Amino acid sequence: MSDIVEGMLSAFRLIFSLDRDLFEIIFLSLRVTLTAVIIASIIGMPMGAWLAINRFRYRRLTIAILNALMGLPPVVVGLIVYIILSRSGPLGVLNLLFTPTAMIIAQVIIITPLIASISHQAIRDLWAEYHDLLISLNTTKRQRIFTLIKDAKRSLLTASLAGFGRAIGEVGAIMIVGGNIDHLTRVLTTAIALETGKGDFAFALALGFILIALAIIVNLAIHSISKTERGSTW
Amino acid sequence: MVERILPLSIKHSTVKKHGKRIIGPIDIDISEDGFTIIMGPNGSGKTTLLRLLHGLERSRGGEINWNTDLETARLNQSYVFQTPILLRRTAVENIMYPLLLRGITKEEASQNAKEWIARIKLDTSANLNAKLLSGGEKQKLALARALATKPQLLILDEPTANLDGTATKEIESLLQETRRSGTRIIMTTHDLGQAKRLAEDVVFLYQGNIHERGEAKNFFKSPTTNEAKVFTAGEILE
Repeated sequence: MSDIVEGMLSAFRLIFSLDRDLFEIIFLSLRVTLTAVIIASIIGMPMGAWLAINRFRYRRLTIAILNALMGLPPVVVGLIVYIILSRSGPLGVLNLLFTPTAMIIAQVIIITPLIASISHQAIRDLWAEYHDLLISLNTTKRQRIFTLIKDAKRSLLTASLAGFGRAIGEVGAIMIVGGNIDHLTRVLTTAIALETGKGDFAFALALGFILIALAIIVNLAIHSISKTERGSTW
Repeated sequence: MVERILPLSIKHSTVKKHGKRIIGPIDIDISEDGFTIIMGPNGSGKTTLLRLLHGLERSRGGEINWNTDLETARLNQSYVFQTPILLRRTAVENIMYPLLLRGITKEEASQNAKEWIARIKLDTSANLNAKLLSGGEKQKLALARALATKPQLLILDEPTANLDGTATKEIESLLQETRRSGTRIIMTTHDLGQAKRLAEDVVFLYQGNIHERGEAKNFFKSPTTNEAKVFTAGEILE
């Protein structure tokens, strides 16, 4: 219990002391996660929409695989990305291992199926509602996808936030591909893992509280900017 | 000059769902001019016939021949559903949508949509989410959206079902105005009074087939088949 109280006090002290290292870690965490969420949304949302409006032979199997990929073990993703980006790997020449870019790649792989799957469910429901109208208006497939994504934006925002939630708290993959290098690839989660390993529970907890606060602030900010719930019909 | 999409000729078309025949085989010609009302008891295939005309249902066998190519025919007709399907957008944006699809600029589409909003007296709700409109307002909006693209053919599936007298009157008035402007209208209704007020000719469907077709005044005055007689007398037709 005293560790928790001490952790909270440390968190306040760290924030109000404007610790430069801490803010560097926070900004890198945000940069890596938000970049991954944006990229995964750009890939996952159209993928979800495409799956919702198209009928093809292995559609059910594809959706089942996509849903299964939501539970991808981050450590395994990290390991695979590590092998691909390592010097002897197929993309070794790019020298991306132990860089924020490698961390973004790993996170994109982890959260794209999650965003695509939630998007698919949201857009499938909207497609059922719009189907006859969009066929009647002689829309092309691209116009349908664009319309569905635009009109399902609130549900899609939830998909992005779910991706953000998973990515910001992720540690296994980014530890492997990022290496937790001070001032280069250290983010909140890897710093927490490090401090816990060192036995500095108070500091680890302080970072943990900051991580939770960050996740809440980003969610609130996005909800506020996108005016979610304001257009509710009840 | 836009090509005329009508007349339309449907020959020997059948619509089946899960192996069950819904309508057909049907033969029907739709002329360039007129206001056709399709009537018949529940399950007679009225909606399916409209959907077949509009391309929302596929015909098993038979032929559907427009006066022009299918793409042009599709672009020059509009469909109003019994339960309005409105986009999760504002009333103005709902009308703008098909205009933008046709490559009209945003400014022009917005101006056009606002004119329609004024015409259907939805000025105060123009920027309100369409979901918040009343049933009558939703149907007027759906009709305005259908008319905004200046279709040669307007297809309506019981547009005033579940609406009160005032909303029905407004929609009928808009339809009569549309008819006077030269748009070909095909509509289904259950309302005998409405059919008498609007129809120039009537198609009577029964058990998935066209049972009778003729000029409205003749159909209502002296229907030839027993089923049509029962129906026009306002009695229950099983």
